[in-house]
Amino acid sequence: MIEATAVGKRYGEKVAVDDLTFSVKPGVVTGFLGPNGAGKSTTMRLILGLDAPTSGNVTVNGRHYRDLKAPLHEVGALLEARAIHTGRSAYNHLLALAQTHGIARRRVDEVIELVGLEAVARKRVGSFSLGMGQRLGVAAALLGDPATVILDEPANGLDPEGIRWIRNLLKGLAAEGRTVFLSSHLMSEMEQTAENLIVIGKGRLIADTSVAAFVSRASSGAPVRVRAADQSRLGDALTNAGARISSADGGALEVQGLTSERIGEIAAAQSLVLHELTPQQVSLEDAFMSITKDAVEYQQS
Amino acid sequence: MSTEATIPTAAPEFARSAGASGVTLPRLIRSEWTKLWSLRSTRWTLFVACLAMAGLGPLIAVITMARWNHLPLGQRLTLDPIERSLGGYHIAQLAIGVLGVLVISGEYSTGMIRSSLMAAPKRLPVLWAKLLVFTTVAFVLMIVTAFIGYLASQAIFTQHHVNVPLSQAPAFRVLIGTVLYMSVTGIICVSLGTMIRSTAGGISAYVAIMFVLPGLAEILPASMGNAINPYLPSNAGGAVTNVLRQAHTFSAWGGFALFCGYAVVAVVAAAYLLRKRDA
Repeated sequence: MIEATAVGKRYGEKVAVDDLTFSVKPGVVTGFLGPNGAGKSTTMRLILGLDAPTSGNVTVNGRHYRDLKAPLHEVGALLEARAIHTGRSAYNHLLALAQTHGIARRRVDEVIELVGLEAVARKRVGSFSLGMGQRLGVAAALLGDPATVILDEPANGLDPEGIRWIRNLLKGLAAEGRTVFLSSHLMSEMEQTAENLIVIGKGRLIADTSVAAFVSRASSGAPVRVRAADQSRLGDALTNAGARISSADGGALEVQGLTSERIGEIAAAQSLVLHELTPQQVSLEDAFMSITKDAVEYQQS
Repeated sequence: MSTEATIPTAAPEFARSAGASGVTLPRLIRSEWTKLWSLRSTRWTLFVACLAMAGLGPLIAVITMARWNHLPLGQRLTLDPIERSLGGYHIAQLAIGVLGVLVISGEYSTGMIRSSLMAAPKRLPVLWAKLLVFTTVAFVLMIVTAFIGYLASQAIFTQHHVNVPLSQAPAFRVLIGTVLYMSVTGIICVSLGTMIRSTAGGISAYVAIMFVLPGLAEILPASMGNAINPYLPSNAGGAVTNVLRQAHTFSAWGGFALFCGYAVVAVVAAAYLLRKRDA
């Protein structure tokens, strides 16, 4: 459980995070979205006690990160910026972290195996690819078997197979009852992985909701795809009802301004045969674009 | 499909054995020990320091003894067998200083510091563990190699009976003093690395304070220079490494005490900044 209450962070004159209040619940994957520079990484640094908030409060399991007696058992984190000494081997990196908490060497071997780095565990991290570095970061995050996992852009540098691996891993962690909080630029990935969403823009909260609710909020006003036996008569009828119509591929019409229910009723009233009536789904990416764009414009006015 | 419905209102509490283990200073010390020895730079730097401390004195002694009969009388009379046998310290102190900076600046330059501070968010125990591990390692290695270098050199100096046994003052004080001086230099350098957070910056600061400042003091008018001279860290700390007390310096242990005072100030400043700054 992560709770932020009216948290703010300024770096000199620049406001990175402004009056942010949200909570991340256990048992589900919560996605953290926002345009570049929105304050995602800063927020994560505030949660992890790396930066001190200028105002407000962030707690993990009810306590400030700095007050945790065994932080690696409570929170495991993968930061976007590298946090590994390049001159050390993967094994020794994990061992040094494990020793701070008295974690057994057996657990170090376990997490190395879990992320699939057995073959390179004794090699210096400087020789690692981006993807291998990410896997090592995930291993470090899971070292203490933490109840809360925070990952900043975990899919960075991973190949498609690696992305699928991390998706299943995160879902599995959430299913075990853990709190999983992750940021990602990959919208389709987020759509498949996360259930809840926290969206920020320019350091402010835009949405704290479920992925489904977020998408349906953006879907109002999305077009409906229609095909009829007599396209021109249907087109006239719909235009008269106030719809805006454009032609879509496959000889269909794309109708805006009417719901699919209303289109069906109009067609029935005119005794028109419909071959297709499909409300167009808005992707998370579309939803994100339209909602964050509004937020940015709102802020600028 | 309604995702909303699947969000559990009462999430299952993640079962764990809390309080079983936590961060302690002994654990951080073990971690810092692993960190120190798992880097190639540490092993090389300490190897150079040890080689210099144990080997350079005897090497100089062998050369001096071989040429002894050809040396002018003046050089024979001014030969200082104590200083010669510990001559490797000029190299060793540089190695210790550089490694002291690297112990922490290496974490800042690679980002490792974030992992370290996430594991030990109280932060200060990380600094204490680093200081303790590094200073102890430096002290132990240097005292052992200083004895080896000294005793080997004196054994060689017996060829022409110019050897000085450790029991003869001030040989023992100089040997111990040299090792202590290097160890405290290490403490100052760890602190500089913590304050400056960059390898290049930390090493520059170390070189500026310990090697450039004394040079600058020398180009001041003598009256001013002589007044400032004893207070410079390298001169204050260096007093305990000198065989004979030099003009415008403190006594051996008085100067060393002042040097330790500087180290305390550096550690306090480093601790304050580590605690206060964003990582």
